[in-house]
Amino acid sequence: MLRRPFFWIIALVIAAFAVLPAIGNDVEMRESLVLACVYITLASNLNLMLGYTGYINFGSIVFFGLGGYICVWLIYAHDWPLVWSLIAAGAGVSALALVFGLGILRLRGAFFALSTIGIVEGVQAFAENFTPWGGSSGIYISPQVFLPLGGSARALWVIYFALVATMGASLYLSYAIKASKFGLGLLAIGQNEDAAAILGVPTPRYKALVYSASAFLPAIAGGLYFFKSAFIQPSDAFDLTLSTEAIVICMLGGQGTVSGVALGAFLYEQLRGYLLTSSTFANFQLTIAGVLLLVIVLFFPSGLMGFIYSRIPAAKKVLE
Amino acid sequence: MLGILASIIDGVLVGLVYGLAAMGLTLIWGVMDVINLTHGTMVVAGMMGLYLLANALGISPYLTLPPVLVGGFFVGVALYWIAIHRMVGRPPLMSLLSTFSVNLILIGVGTAVWGTALFNVEVSLPGFSLGRYTFPGAHILAAVLAAVIAGLLYVFLHYTRIGKALRAVANNREAAELVGIPTTRLLAIAVGTGVALAGVAGMLIGTLFPFTILSGDGYQLKGFIVTVLGGFGNPIGALLGGIALGVLEGAVTPFVPVSWTLVIEFALFVLVLIAFPNGIFASRRGAL
Repeated sequence: MLRRPFFWIIALVIAAFAVLPAIGNDVEMRESLVLACVYITLASNLNLMLGYTGYINFGSIVFFGLGGYICVWLIYAHDWPLVWSLIAAGAGVSALALVFGLGILRLRGAFFALSTIGIVEGVQAFAENFTPWGGSSGIYISPQVFLPLGGSARALWVIYFALVATMGASLYLSYAIKASKFGLGLLAIGQNEDAAAILGVPTPRYKALVYSASAFLPAIAGGLYFFKSAFIQPSDAFDLTLSTEAIVICMLGGQGTVSGVALGAFLYEQLRGYLLTSSTFANFQLTIAGVLLLVIVLFFPSGLMGFIYSRIPAAKKVLE
Repeated sequence: MLGILASIIDGVLVGLVYGLAAMGLTLIWGVMDVINLTHGTMVVAGMMGLYLLANALGISPYLTLPPVLVGGFFVGVALYWIAIHRMVGRPPLMSLLSTFSVNLILIGVGTAVWGTALFNVEVSLPGFSLGRYTFPGAHILAAVLAAVIAGLLYVFLHYTRIGKALRAVANNREAAELVGIPTTRLLAIAVGTGVALAGVAGMLIGTLFPFTILSGDGYQLKGFIVTVLGGFGNPIGALLGGIALGVLEGAVTPFVPVSWTLVIEFALFVLVLIAFPNGIFASRRGAL
């Protein structure tokens, strides 16, 4: 893997994310890149389901929100250090996803997609009624928790670097799975699940495993994101907009590609930043995401990377 | 004893409306294997049609039914040509995404224009009393209308040429095409009918409960469950599924917080799908 150019391209992207805002201590750039990191993490992990396996997960935000809740709650109520809280959040959400996945992944295609909407409703209802998590008013943590990281100004940089690492891990995970036998099995499921099963791909186990794997890093990203804002409540943690945007990003960049999804996330983040600041479009963010998605689904189902591959066939060898 | 009877009657009344709300969804699903994710928004469009027509023109709420029905049909045909036509025969996930994106657009425009304010349409009809319990007149009328509309849909599907052709398309699109049925036009009619039903359901629900632009989600989710309970593309099944859901809701409400109701229903959705992949009340002869 180390010999493949794509490995080093990912490393370069991570380095650029880490170094560029740090050079001039550019806080504004960092905040914009925080969001780009979250988008790339969510979209890459969604892509494991949507792009590789061909299963739409409308509820990928659940991993993010639940990870955030577990992490913030462990810090708030049990004084756990950040690192252990993050690991617990990732492992906990992954394990939950595995259990749920074994159940709902028995449903095929569209039924799975519908039941992921149910999962969002279920988890949100849980968070709203679970008193240790503060119900619908959520959890606040005091700025004291930033002290072990060297005060809040420095803590924000530490969190940022951790988010960049999470994003990098997401890209490498996507790449490693795609290059593995496991990934080949997933792609086979995406093309024809019955044929894949007949050829010996253990489809139920693979689907549950990839569902669980796609939960780990978003949960950590959620933990970091909500630790950063020191506040979490159900309506923010399970905001369906972010799930929707992750789907748009996957389709925009090219489902099933690693670099396309990252590129799509970055471009979408830039577009969103522009839309939010423009006075005409500020209220129409979802509408524009919808138009974008509709145009892609109708006319360019293979996304940006499909376009690049068709123009520059050599790119197929370098960019996964 | 009377209490149980009253809660069953209430469940049936609500369930008939749920069934009507799901009928359009299940019709489109059954005919072309497309899950219309704009369904909830179309239900809300019916509510808004009721609100705007009843308030702006000052006509009786129930007289808004014909314009909502006709308007819904044309909106549905437009939806077919915009989002569904190119998706027929492609993987089902693509039509899921295309209707999902149309829904985003509609919701985005709707919230930009109307915000998330609560709308209410006043309907005063004499109720029906049973001992200590009173069933509101609007509820009874809505349930009766829902049953009548389901009956009309059944007659349309089974005794008219277009309806029979629709069932033929649902059964086997290629064979239907071979015997000279213009399948594309019929698919457009199916989506038009489905959306018109969603709009009428919304209009009837609007006479019962206050609503916002985002109210459609809940009815859409219940629609999935009703569809799965009642079998795909089967309007009478949808009505039965709706009643089952309404009675179930009445039975669980005293014991669990309201926000859990939908979760319980979704658990049911998954379990039913695993146990009966074709729906509980599904006919043995296939779709429709």
